[in-house]
Amino acid sequence: MADYTKMWTELGLDLDNHDALLENLGGAYQSIFMSQEKRPEGMGYFDFVMSEAHGLRIQELRDEQEAGRKIIGSFCVFVPEELVLAAGCTSVGLCAGADFAQEEVEKVLPRNTCSLIKSFFGFKLGKVCPYMEASDLIVGENTCDGKKKSFETFSQLVPNFYQMDLPQNKAPMARKLLKHEYMAFVAKLEEMTGKSISLEDLKQGIATVNAKRNALARLSKLRSADPSPISGLDALLINQIAFLDNPARFTEKVNVLCDELELFVKENKGVKAVKAPRVVISGCPMAIPNWKVPAIIESTGAVIVGEESCIGERGQRNTTDDSSDTLDGLIDAVVDRYFKIDCAVFTPNQERVEHIKEMAKNTNADGVIHYGLQFCQPYIMESFSVEKILEKDGVSVLRLETDYSQEDMGQLSTRVEAFVEIIK
Amino acid sequence: MRHAGIDIGSRSIELVVIEEGKVIVRKQAESGYNPVERVEELIADISFDKVMATGYGRASLEIAFDYSTVTEIKAYGIGAAALHPGIRGILDIGGQDTKVISLNENGKVFKFEMNDKCAAGTGKFLEMMAVTLGYKQETFGLEALKGQEGIEINSMCAVFAESEVTSLLAKGCQRADIAMAIHQSVCRRAVGMIKRQDLKAPMLFAGGVANNSCMIHLLQQTFGDDIVIPESPQFVGAYGAAILAGSL
Repeated sequence: MADYTKMWTELGLDLDNHDALLENLGGAYQSIFMSQEKRPEGMGYFDFVMSEAHGLRIQELRDEQEAGRKIIGSFCVFVPEELVLAAGCTSVGLCAGADFAQEEVEKVLPRNTCSLIKSFFGFKLGKVCPYMEASDLIVGENTCDGKKKSFETFSQLVPNFYQMDLPQNKAPMARKLLKHEYMAFVAKLEEMTGKSISLEDLKQGIATVNAKRNALARLSKLRSADPSPISGLDALLINQIAFLDNPARFTEKVNVLCDELELFVKENKGVKAVKAPRVVISGCPMAIPNWKVPAIIESTGAVIVGEESCIGERGQRNTTDDSSDTLDGLIDAVVDRYFKIDCAVFTPNQERVEHIKEMAKNTNADGVIHYGLQFCQPYIMESFSVEKILEKDGVSVLRLETDYSQEDMGQLSTRVEAFVEIIK
Repeated sequence: MRHAGIDIGSRSIELVVIEEGKVIVRKQAESGYNPVERVEELIADISFDKVMATGYGRASLEIAFDYSTVTEIKAYGIGAAALHPGIRGILDIGGQDTKVISLNENGKVFKFEMNDKCAAGTGKFLEMMAVTLGYKQETFGLEALKGQEGIEINSMCAVFAESEVTSLLAKGCQRADIAMAIHQSVCRRAVGMIKRQDLKAPMLFAGGVANNSCMIHLLQQTFGDDIVIPESPQFVGAYGAAILAGSL
């Protein structure tokens, strides 16, 4: 990596903290990803993106800013990238996948808060997330109680916070709320850029994001082959990078990788043995570098064939209908697309369990591992009914509850190994 | 052919060797600070053809001796089904873990649950409480049986429970009554796990704590004859691993 010290200093990062983070991240990446065998060549690009995630990519964002584009940072798949792109801005996901500066975090948040929330506070307070520091606007969305309440504090820590409300059910009124919030978001983007979004702008934004989702859907589908042509870890990584990379370039690279994987499938080439136990992970999102549970799963010889998660299927399922000829019609189409997201903050939320069933079937999975972050009430509560319904359907389920620490590695390994023994 | 199973737990290591389906060796040692060395001592004068390791420290044996490994969940399932055909559930209270395991009609594990980060309600918890009350670990259960029911221990945490015990002593409560209360508290947690998972009868009570007569008494109060105590409950995992070694 080139020397980015100057850029990091200008962004206001704490260089010592940041060095420590990168060193840790690099080590984990080497041992978890680079040690895998039979990786497709197409992964080279994503390895490169990861190695430059805090370097070249940030430089690119700053160059875009120089040219007049605004950078919009967000935490959630409910913040529509189509609208951001239509406004001539760039969308990036913010850091939230590792424990950092927890002693600082616990000065402002209760200890028993989910790791994801504590993590983005830690990245901010430890001054180690260049995406956060480079964002012109940080969008918080009212999903779970933990997030929406913590945003009250977080908004005091950043100068550029924007809060978006979200519905909690799928009633007509709830859809109206979502549309109202998206219109307000459009107004905010227009105010920032000083330009109005045109029909053409939004058509283009939708086309870019649809292409990205189609590429990721293509990747998902390839994983139904046995042997699976790609490891779950690599596929997760691609889904994680989807939030950081330039969307058009990312789409192209995913498609290049898929071309290679199609050949693998034709030749019956796989990353794991044929008939390796196949697992779908379902539940809470896994932001970079949250690779703990997937790494444990695949170290047992099993292969992860799908992520029913915001970083994975939930974020990428469904494209936006681009057929309308009016701007309002297109915005309605965006609202319709996002209204289908089956996040556990919705109540009731039967669609989700149907989606998990569907994924287990389509990917020929032998079992589902439900991943819950400790203190993430929506997903942990839902895990009970998910388990009950899936098991009634003959699908084995293992419920895991964990955080970003490493202290439960032994326990988790035993559970996951035993589960893999059961589904073998 | 001699098949060995080694169950390397957080508190103790068990070795079982079977020949022609019969157990010919059964040995136990404390895990101590260097369990791999303990295992070396344990097998020094034992010969076997195949071996399988299980338990918390199985990975260390895989690294040290290239042994094949299996989780203690599967090992207990296999061991329990072989000891008592028709068994449908297992309660295993070991040094650090409490597990409940469901078996189907064919003796195959299909569901399990275990405590996570904390040692509440495990053998280690009982061990610490025995020390606090000045009992020997081996006779703790027998002494507790002499106690009257009526006191309640509320702390889930071993450290907090220790201070709770200390204050009960200071209040003048009888040592044996407190011992009874401690066993009831461990039993409550185990019963909770069993009921949550809807374990079917008959169930096997395995692991080191199944040697404790007060725990046996309390569990039988709840489950009657539905709970079966094997002859050497701490060897069920090693026995299962030895059987599995045969299929290597």
